Amino acid sequence: MAKNIVIVGGGLAGTIVANGLCRQLGEPMRSGEVVITVLGATNTHLYQPGLLYLPFGRFRETDLFRNQRKVLDRRVNFYVDPVKNIDVENNKVATESGKTFDYDYVVIATGSRIRPETVPGMEEGAHWFYDLDGARKLRDALCHFEGGKVVVNVNVPHKCPVAPLEVVFMLYDFLAERGLGDKSEILYTYPIGRLHSLEPVAAWAKPEFDKYGIKYETFFNTKEIDPEAKTITSEEGSTLPYDLLITIPPHTGAQVVEDSDLGAGGWVPTERETLLREGSTNVFVVGDTTNIPISKAGSTAHFEADTIVDNLASLVMEGCWARQYDGKVFCFVETGLNSGTYIWFNYTTPPNPGPPSQMIHWFKLAYNRLYWLSARGLL
Amino acid sequence: MGKRTKIDARGAFCPGPLMELIAGLKLIEVGDEIEVWSSDTGSAKDIPEWVAKVGHEMAGVEHCEGYDSIVVRKAK
Repeated sequence: MAKNIVIVGGGLAGTIVANGLCRQLGEPMRSGEVVITVLGATNTHLYQPGLLYLPFGRFRETDLFRNQRKVLDRRVNFYVDPVKNIDVENNKVATESGKTFDYDYVVIATGSRIRPETVPGMEEGAHWFYDLDGARKLRDALCHFEGGKVVVNVNVPHKCPVAPLEVVFMLYDFLAERGLGDKSEILYTYPIGRLHSLEPVAAWAKPEFDKYGIKYETFFNTKEIDPEAKTITSEEGSTLPYDLLITIPPHTGAQVVEDSDLGAGGWVPTERETLLREGSTNVFVVGDTTNIPISKAGSTAHFEADTIVDNLASLVMEGCWARQYDGKVFCFVETGLNSGTYIWFNYTTPPNPGPPSQMIHWFKLAYNRLYWLSARGLL
Repeated sequence: MGKRTKIDARGAFCPGPLMELIAGLKLIEVGDEIEVWSSDTGSAKDIPEWVAKVGHEMAGVEHCEGYDSIVVRKAK
């Protein structure tokens, strides 16, 4: 009887798990002992980090996408058929088309999504770049921007935690290049009492902001936005006027996680070293979907996926665990349109950002292309 | 007494205990509590400061072996 591995979600994490398993389980897949199935919501694979560049004209829309069938190893059974229920008691998932898939192991890779509609006035009054439509609208708004007060507003929780700083630095360069630097003011708001959740990153960013004249307000958690008056108000009682509002909307996990009663907010309680769902022995959770208190970022998903690939392959072939996830995260940080730095950290090692350079920025631009090798499990 | 949800943010550099608390408060009802475990020594100061600023309630701080247990009640 074949072992069925079902992967719910065809984003970065689900794709890396599927392709990585194919590389390690080639022999049992050939003999029919292992079957790998991916259930996704779309046949289009989006390189999400590229959305940061779109509003500034630094990335073409066509470069953001690939055909998901072609990104996945041909040995994977892939269905565009979103999952509507994950039944961890009976080891099966049900899809919107009415199909049921039994599994021996399931990997939940349903990701996170922006929820601007949960903040009054945000959909009407704010721009964002965390989805294609939002990035397009922000690109148009910046194209027609003639100077004024730009508020960059950060909400909790959100993925890609360095993107808010990146968009500030890139915006500063963008406005300067267009001759709007003297006619504009950038004000950045952040939910806690410093400029970034990572203390060393906050300590690095503050003098950079001061050097460029970028203003900031901390302890700012958005309560509501008034699109008519063009103001944003915080739970802490502050109201700020804006001409252009760029927000990082709050996120939740996938609806199917909540509907399956697997976790509040769409986040699945997950053991931080094994990446198993708490209380399960055959339910892995990867990427933004976990409730592990670490960054929701592409690199987190990638390193978690690599761990799951090693462990699942080892469990299937050898009946034992291969290794633990150490909490590794690696993030490039664009510090303008022509410079960048990076940070890495894990559960025991804090981050330590180095000085920005053009070389690291170029490396990031190269990775924007190399990503498709990562997704295929080659890098 | 409301329900209490625990967030084990020990060793969490990013997003960190306070960000986890803010996110967690969005998922509970008024009157319910979040208990944050934090190994960041700044949390015992940062969290009460934010809680006072935004209008929730502190329900307790306990210093444990290697971490602090900080309980916050959602007030609005």
